[in-house]
Order: sequence, then structure tokens, then C-alpha cells
Amino acid sequence: MNIGKQIILHIAVIALLAALDYVLPAYHQGVFSRIMVLAVFAMGYNLLFGYTGLLSLGHAMFFAAGLYGAGLTVYHLGWALPLAFVAGVGCAAVLALAIGLLALRTTGVAFMIVTMMFAQVLYLATLYFGQWTRGDEGIVLPQPTRLVEFAGLHFDFSNPVTRYYAALVLFAAVLLITLGIVRSRFGRVLIAIRENEDRTRMLGYNVFANKLAAVVISGAISGASGAAYALLFGYVGSTFASVQYSILPLLWVLLGGASTTLGPLLGTVLMYYLVDFSSDVLARAVPDWNFSYLGVVGIALIVLVLFFPKGIFGTIRAHWARWLP
Amino acid sequence: MGFGPHLLLATLEGLVTAAVLALTALGLSLVFGVMRIVNVAHGEFFMLGAVIAWGVASMVTGNPALGFVAALVVSPLVVGAVAFLSERLVLRRLDYNPESTIVATIGLLYLIQQAALTFYGPEARPVEAPFNLRIQFPWFGYSGYKLFVIIAAIVLLTIVWVVLTRTRIGLIMRATQIDREMARAFAIPVERVYAGVFALGAMLAAIAAVLIVPIQQAHYLMGLDPLLLSFIVVIIGGLGSLRGTLVAALIIGVSDGIIAMFFSPTLAKMIATAAVALVLVFRPQGLFGTASR
Repeated sequence: MNIGKQIILHIAVIALLAALDYVLPAYHQGVFSRIMVLAVFAMGYNLLFGYTGLLSLGHAMFFAAGLYGAGLTVYHLGWALPLAFVAGVGCAAVLALAIGLLALRTTGVAFMIVTMMFAQVLYLATLYFGQWTRGDEGIVLPQPTRLVEFAGLHFDFSNPVTRYYAALVLFAAVLLITLGIVRSRFGRVLIAIRENEDRTRMLGYNVFANKLAAVVISGAISGASGAAYALLFGYVGSTFASVQYSILPLLWVLLGGASTTLGPLLGTVLMYYLVDFSSDVLARAVPDWNFSYLGVVGIALIVLVLFFPKGIFGTIRAHWARWLP
Repeated sequence: MGFGPHLLLATLEGLVTAAVLALTALGLSLVFGVMRIVNVAHGEFFMLGAVIAWGVASMVTGNPALGFVAALVVSPLVVGAVAFLSERLVLRRLDYNPESTIVATIGLLYLIQQAALTFYGPEARPVEAPFNLRIQFPWFGYSGYKLFVIIAAIVLLTIVWVVLTRTRIGLIMRATQIDREMARAFAIPVERVYAGVFALGAMLAAIAAVLIVPIQQAHYLMGLDPLLLSFIVVIIGGLGSLRGTLVAALIIGVSDGIIAMFFSPTLAKMIATAAVALVLVFRPQGLFGTASR
């Protein structure tokens, strides 16, 4: 019963996004390509934060590992795009394995600080190895390197329509993978760990191995988002490794609803447009206030955590639709 | 200049860093020790202290020492009031849940940055040092003000130390830290203690910022480095252990000064951050702390 409803809902969301391509004006089409890629990042984060209950403040490092893993192999080694994408995801997964092995020895507050510090090390590394990464300034991938030939067809990722559908394919794949994980035995163990770690251990589950798997999958999905970002939008820079990009997925997930499959998408859409819209409006209303994303993000975080801790889909699930995954 | 004088210069610079760092980290450590929450906005209280110091000093005309003294009084008071308000309005309503308070203090971090950007602007501005004295060593001259910073920090740390260990206020704080429930049973107003400690922690950061701002310019993004360094110090020293915090600030500050002078500053930060994350992984009680109760 529920599985039917859930699958129909998710297919409907994907179909809606595909249909949006025909309706949206050019600017918003570009925005939505970006949002779908970033929503993949949020879904990766949600798997660890929402479902497993581990609050990481360093997910920018996995996003950046994907970003640099894909971007640098294309730029310096001239790899083909599919191979570069795999390289990006691989880098993020290996990094997540290493970080997971270390950071999971700690719990609670220490876990947050450790992940934040490792992310800071990676950020500093992107600055330190500036001769390859060009640090803050970043690398722009030239258009000819962003072409793919596949089964006799040519794809050019600097073309907005191709880009939109590439982002949609990645988004749809990760959404369905997330749904699959959440419904699986493994997903239920993760939720059990979130609710009561000691009891789960007592029931005979290997808590450490399951948490480690969650970190690696979460890191790999975040890396896939980073790799896609580099290849689709053609820019690689150390901003994406900074603390800000560890906080943003947390905000998106909180807004949309932690431990809901569709929350990350909704949170990313709303937050992206909120920042975009409010900075425009405020810049016109009070031009000398230097209003940036900082104030909007700050207020959103405090209001969410104070008055709306379950987020949008979490609230809908609690009151009206118990079957939402 | 030979290796010896170079090392002396690096050590002096390191001691200045250590002095400021000890004050800032002590604030973070107090808040963590007594309230058991991590204040991610601690670096922004530092930044706010520096920015307000610039504002106060630029309003006072005449001798720069007057402006500096006014800043040293006003800035911690304003920052303490901001911290007190945010504790009452936000953190208390979250019941000090560790994860929620982290999210809320991240929000606070962004809000304070936005406020500084709006009312202070994106420029970096210096505050004039209260006096201009140059102490001449045989090999190089050194700023007298920097030596004053070291001495001032030692005096302030001693005062905090005495308050914590020798007075009734300190006793109440320690009682709350060790056992919140038992303290409440003995009619200690735990909530008021929390608000006070949160404000005190922020004020220590603000004082440190006023001391540093004649050396390093005030800027709305200057909070991240003190935050990370304070985390490092508090972790190495053992979460909540004050003696450990002081020793760790000395080690981190001086070694940072030396490594940054002889090698690359970015590399120094990278190594320090990674080393500390590993300390937290393998020795969660810190290098000098005892196992938690």
C-alpha cells in the first residue's frame, strides 16, 4: 500500500521537474539545474544527519573532494567526463572512509568538531596547493573539455538544456537510491541507531560498521554532487571547500525536513530563492546595508531550530501523511 | 640577524598570540565546561569586540589612550549584553540541547557577521595603540604595546583564576559544572548562572579582541581564526579544564609563532588542525585533561 503511494509520489516529483524545463524562463532553468545538483548534496547530508542522527559540520570536504576529483582530472590530465565523474565520486568515497574510520571513534559534540576540523584541513590544502588548484581564484573548465560522446550522440554540458537534463538524471537516480536505502533493512538499522544506539548494539547489530557505511554512502553522494557541479558549471574553486558549504546542506535539510526523502529538494529550492529574492529586494530597499546571504541564513537557522525543528515535510508527516518516507 | 635573535622574535610574537588566545579560549572553555554546549558564535563575539572597540575609539578624540581605555570598558559590556540576550532569547528555549544549540549558534554567527557588515562595513580598520613605545633589543626593536598585551593578559587571567577558585561566584559556577541537579537542590539559580557564564565567556573574547585590535585590524570576517584556534586550545587542554586551556594556549601560540616565521603560515595551520583533530579522536579527554566524570 504505502510503497505504491511512495513510488508514485517520487516519480511524480521527477516528472514535474522534467516538465518544468519546458515552462521555466532561461534564468530559472539555470537556477533549477544548480538547485537539483545542490539538492543531491543535501540528500547525501540528510542520509547521515537525518536518518543516522550524526551531525557533521564538515560535509564541504566531501563535496570539494568530488569537485576537485572531477575538475582537476579533466583540467590537468584531460580525462573524459564520465571517467572524471567516477574519479570525483571515488575521491569522496575514499576520503569519507578515512574520515569515518577516525571521526566515528568520537561521539556527540566531538564528532562535530572533528569533522569541522578535517574539513578545514582540506580547505587550507586547496589554498596551499595553489599551483594546481589556483586557490580562491579557482579554475574555469574551458568549453571543449565539457563535451561527451556516447553511443554516437554528442552531449555539450555548456548547453543549458543538456545541463538541465544531466542534473535531473543525477537527481532522480540519487532520489530513488535514497528511497531504496530508507526502505531497506540497512536504512531501518540506521534509524534505530539514531533513536537508541545502545539498544541497537544490544540487539546484535554492528553499530560502528553501519555508521561507517552511512558516512561512506553520504560522502559518495555529496561527492557525486560536487563532481557534477564541476563538470556541469565548469568552475572549481576553494570557496566550495569552506565552512559555508558545510552549513548550507544542514540548513537545506532542516528547512525541508530532516529524515524525509523529499525534504532536501524542497529546502534547497526555498532557501535558494529566499536568498536570491531577499538580497535583491533588500539591496533595493536599503542599498547601503550591504545585505548578503549572511543575515537571511542566520535568521533562517535560528527560526527553524526554535519554532520549526521538524521542517516542512517533517511537520506534514507528523500531522497529515504518516506514510511519507 | 642570526638564528638566535630570529627565534627570540618568533617566540615574542608567539607569546602575543598565546596571550590573546588564552583569554579567548578561556571564554569558550568556561561556556563548555559549565553549560556543556559548544558556542560556534564565540569567534563572532571576538569580532564584535574588535569592531565596537574601533567604533568607541573613533568617537573619543584627543589622546589615543583615552579611546583605548573607553573601548576596553564599553566593548566587553556591549558584547556581554548581546550574549546575555541571545542566551535568554534563544539558547534557554532550546533547553541547551547540544545539537540544537550548535545550529542556533551557527545562526547567531551569521547574524552577527551581517550586523557587522551592515553597520561597520566591509573595510578592515585599525585602532591606534594607546602608547607608542619601542623597546630596543641589541638585535631589533620591539613594540612596547605588544609586551603590554602579554602582561595585561597575564593579569586578567590571574583575576579570572582567583574569581573561579577563591570566591563564592566561582564556587557556584564550579558546583553547577560538576552537578547541575545537585546545585539546583542547594538553591543555586542554575539558569541565572548559565546566562552569566555565557555573557562572561563572550566578554573574555571581547577583551582579547580589544587588546589585539591595535596590532591586527578589525574586520567583519576576523572571527573564524580565533574560533578554530580556541577549539584547538580547548581540545588539547581537555574540554572544560581551565589549567589545560592555559598550558595549551601557550604551546599553540608559541609554536604557531615559530612555525609561521620559519615555514608557511598555511602549512602551520594545516598541520595544527589535523594534529588536533587526531588528538580529539585518540585522546578525547585532551592531553592534560582527566577522563570525564
